[in-house]
Amino acid sequence: MLLEISGLTSHYGRIQALKGIDLQIREGELVALVGANGAGKTTLLRCMSGVQPITGGTIKFDGKDISKMSPEHRVGLGICQSPEGRQVFGPMSVEDNLRLGAYRRHGPNIKADMDRMYEMFPILHKKRELPAGTLSGGQQQMLAIARALMGHPRVLLLDEPSMGLAPLLVAEIFKIVEALKENGTTIFLVEQNAYAALAIADRGYVLETGSVVLSDDGAKLLTNEKVKEAYLGL
Amino acid sequence: MFAAFLQYLFSGLTSGAIYALAGLGFAIIYNSSHVINFAQGEFIMIGGMATATMVAAGLPLPLAIALSMLASMMVGVALEKFAIEPARNSDVVTIIIITIGASIFLRGAAQILWDKEFHSLPAFSGETPIGVFGATLMPQSLWVFGVSGAVIVALWWFFNRTMFGKAMLGTSHNRLAAQLVGVGVKKVLLASFALSALLGAVGGVVVTPITFTNYEAGIMLGLKGFSAAVLGGLGNGGGAIVGGLIVGIAEALASGYLSSAYKDAIAFIIILFVLFFMPNGLFGKRGTDRV
Repeated sequence: MLLEISGLTSHYGRIQALKGIDLQIREGELVALVGANGAGKTTLLRCMSGVQPITGGTIKFDGKDISKMSPEHRVGLGICQSPEGRQVFGPMSVEDNLRLGAYRRHGPNIKADMDRMYEMFPILHKKRELPAGTLSGGQQQMLAIARALMGHPRVLLLDEPSMGLAPLLVAEIFKIVEALKENGTTIFLVEQNAYAALAIADRGYVLETGSVVLSDDGAKLLTNEKVKEAYLGL
Repeated sequence: MFAAFLQYLFSGLTSGAIYALAGLGFAIIYNSSHVINFAQGEFIMIGGMATATMVAAGLPLPLAIALSMLASMMVGVALEKFAIEPARNSDVVTIIIITIGASIFLRGAAQILWDKEFHSLPAFSGETPIGVFGATLMPQSLWVFGVSGAVIVALWWFFNRTMFGKAMLGTSHNRLAAQLVGVGVKKVLLASFALSALLGAVGGVVVTPITFTNYEAGIMLGLKGFSAAVLGGLGNGGGAIVGGLIVGIAEALASGYLSSAYKDAIAFIIILFVLFFMPNGLFGKRGTDRV
């Protein structure tokens, strides 16, 4: 088991956002987490990256308890997140954004990695000297994913990569996620777009008001009556 | 006529360069924490006072300067570690008040450690004035220009060419994103205090032969550096430099053409003017973000 979360709770002040989450991610898997707005999806990801304090439970990575580890050390272990709303370094160049993605790493491989990113996302190469804030929403999303990949993720956390994008771009982003999975990247995909996410996922979890209410194979969740009704609008 | 103007300009540029360094100190800390560090002026005072004392005690000037810069940096780091860091979950306003308290403390400590007298340093390369079109320029002013310029170039290099500098910039643009790529934001905060203290000390050292220094010299220098930073747009490094030069020149012209009694008022008039009419300053945040 690469990542194992058990009994995780987290609060915003007195409000409990996560009410005891149990969740596992195996090496090489694409696991999807779906749920409505405010279910706690982003909070869970923030806890996994260490930028949101947890109030109970444990997060184990590679068998080691990392619940109290600082965010920067988790990145060093290979827990890399592409956050909700892209969060690129707006005034800095695309290239600097990518370079900062490899902040925890050293050595000459960084240049080769960057070339690999440019190959995967040619548009970023074309705009590499421009401030990231001038890119379109879809391009910023690609940059955010590429920046996370620059950290050599052992597990890539993607928070709502399709949010706010035109349908054509959404399809493109999901294609990218699938390609990453083919390459063997372990991915934890958080999405409101439940159909698209479950369609490419090995397994899925359904989150409702801070608790996991369902978990199963992606394909099975797609045909689950409850999921269909609540999230797929079928 | 022109000679007088040139004379005012030289003196304005000299003090403006120091305000620019102080303003940069404000900008660096503001960027990493959104805190306005009102103890910035005290770093300048410490730089000047410590160097003056050590030179008076017989240490060679370069060694005295190096040690004072180190001392000032240590004070900056201690301020962050013992006063700012324990309050990191408080409001920004609370932390700003802590820095005001720290500045009062540092002034008091300086008064005890040293005294209430004015101290000075010999000019670095003599006191023979240089004539320029009828005006005179002190060699020490050239030191001020040169050192400030070198510091600005070094800062530019640090923030644009080194990974840690870029990480500091990135943290100022987007703290969450910086954390998510593995930047230790605590380390960034500590470094920003060390760097600002260093800038202050450098300014204090080069200006002391011209203006002298005493335990409360930091109050005015700090406030003027603050108005430089506000005028340029808080958090904008280039803006702080331009703001510092404008404040310095405006001050020199006002005391030359109006009355030297108005000299210190100018900085405050500039702050009020900026806050009323252009709260973002000259080079405040431009809208390059797309939401």
